[in-house]
This record gives sequence, C-alpha cells and structure tokens, in this order.
Amino acid sequence: MEGDIASMGQYIGAGIAGLGAGLAALGVGNVAGNFLAGALRNPSAAAGQTATLFIGIAFAEALGIFSFLVALLLMFAV
Amino acid sequence: MAAEQTNSGQANRGNSRLIAYALITVAVVLFILGLLDDYDGGLSISPMKQFEVVPALGGDMVHWYTVTNATLFMGLAILSVAALMVLGTRGRAIIPSRAQSLAELAYGFIRKMVEDVAGKDALPYFPYILTLFLFILFGNFLGLIPGSFTTTSHFAVTMVLALAVFVTVTLLGFIKNGTAFLSLFWVSSAPLVLRPVLAIIELISYFVRPVSHSVRLAGAITAGHAVMKVFAGFAGVAMVAPLAIGGMVAIYALEVLVAAIQAYVFAILTCVYLKDALHPHH
Repeated sequence: MEGDIASMGQYIGAGIAGLGAGLAALGVGNVAGNFLAGALRNPSAAAGQTATLFIGIAFAEALGIFSFLVALLLMFAV
Repeated sequence: MAAEQTNSGQANRGNSRLIAYALITVAVVLFILGLLDDYDGGLSISPMKQFEVVPALGGDMVHWYTVTNATLFMGLAILSVAALMVLGTRGRAIIPSRAQSLAELAYGFIRKMVEDVAGKDALPYFPYILTLFLFILFGNFLGLIPGSFTTTSHFAVTMVLALAVFVTVTLLGFIKNGTAFLSLFWVSSAPLVLRPVLAIIELISYFVRPVSHSVRLAGAITAGHAVMKVFAGFAGVAMVAPLAIGGMVAIYALEVLVAAIQAYVFAILTCVYLKDALHPHH
C-alpha cells in the first residue's frame, strides 16, 4: 500500500458519500412502494399516474445523485 | 394475387429472420472481441477503460476536428433516429409496417406525455422533446452493443443537453411571462414570513436542475456499464466464470430497461421544467 493521509481521507470521504446514494434508494423504494399500494387499491386510476410516479422517483433520486457527484469529485477532481 | 402476396410476405419474413440471425452473430462476435480486447490474462478488471475517448480513425492526437469514438456514435445515433423516422413514415400505410409502428409508437408516446405533463400549450415544443428523447434513447441503445462506445455516459454530453434545456426553458419563461416568471420563486401560498426563505430555496433548486438532470443520466449509464465490465472481469477466473456470465446476462437485461427509462425520465423532466416556464404560478 502506498499514498499519503490526504488521499486516504479522500477515499474514505468518497466511500461515505456513496452511502448517500444508497439512502436515496430508500426514498425511491418508498415512492414506488406507495404507488403500488395505491395502484392495487384502485387499479383503474393507476395508468394515469405513471408519469407522476416517474417524476416522483426522479426527484427522490436527485439528492442521491448529488452524493454520487460528491464521491466522483473526491475520487477524480480533488 | 393473394397467394403471391402471402408468398412474398413469407419470403420477407425469411429474409428478416436471416438478417436478425446475422445481426445476432455479429453481436456475439463483437462481444467476444470486446472481452478479449480488455483481457490481459488472470483477474484483470478495468471497468473505466470503455469510457475513454479515442480517435475513431487511428492516431492518438485529439484536435478539435478529430473524429473520436464519441463523435462517431453521436453521429450514428442521429443517423438511426433519422432512418427510423424517414423509413418509418415513407409508406404511410393504414396498416403500419414494423418500422412505421415503431416510429408511430415513439411519436404518440412522447406527444401524449407532453400533453399530459406540460399541458396543451406546450405542444409547439413537442418536436424538441421528441428529438431529445430519441437521441438519448438511441445513444443508450447503441452503447449497449458490445464493443461500442456510450456517448450518454459522458457528463460533457449530458451536460450540454441539460444546459440547452435549462437555457431554453428560462428564456421561454421570460418571453412568455415577462417578469411574472419570477413569481415561480415567490410562493404566494406560503405565509409571508416564510416567503423569502422559500425564495432562496427555490432559487437554489432552480439552478441545480441542470446538474441533477445531466448527472442522473450519465451516472446511471456509467454505473451500469462499469458493473457489466466488472462482471466481465470476473469471467476470467474459471471457478466463477459461469456465475459471472449469468450475472452479466441479468445485468445486461437490466441495462436495456435502464436505457429506456433514463431517456424517458430525461424527457419527462424536460416537460416538467417546460410546464414551470409556461405556468410559473404556484
């Protein structure tokens, strides 16, 4: 193993930032799960709401993307 | 006459089946060549090598006019979109051919999405959204061909697409609404004390849009392709090779899904931003 303490901190920080992406998965799962729960109660209304589903997923995902971006910046840009 | 038509129909079907088999053979050969290209013996995993931008026609200097693999595959994506639309609409049959149903499917799907999400008065901007959707879709799908290059995995590409949407939408908001567009940031339904705080938050979230818009696409595609290459690296070890290849097939199927969904998400978010620009009032 080689390298200095700064790059060690960089990699540890990137790993911790990766946790954020995993936590965003909870949010996405929450959106999709609640959609499914609602869709099974009223299947006739489900088809019209798929666009809303994807918008909701995209917004929940956005914050996970920022932590992924932080990880990328730590790995390649700092 | 009728029998003749059925015969030619069968001949056509035979021909297209032959073409399909040829394409599958080419894909398998490319796949093996792609694996061998990265294989240096033993366990060697270089998942990021596939994203390198290199000149497509040999040489190693990249000037501003050099045709790189990124240029090549973006051009291919545009050519395939044009081919789909031109060949698809050439017949204009009542009972559509396969190419025509594909073109009609894409057109109808995106048109309905624009109308549902952004409203009827957003339809003049529908061609832009259809172009974005098809370009990203074909960029993603061309990148899934083994040995090819994925243009949408590069932040430079997706950032330009997202910034173009951002600039267009902002200009459109000011042209359509004048300074009333700024009411997007002034949440009139909130208590007066909270409004300045909300205005700052709304402003930040507005300017962060192109970042999340572009990084979502590039990040999802990059991550998927890197995972595929990691599994391909594991296939070099005889013990786990069957498992690795099985896993790779599964992940490839997932990536086909992701390729379509990410193009859809990019288009639908463009619609959401467009709706904000046309109707800024909360």
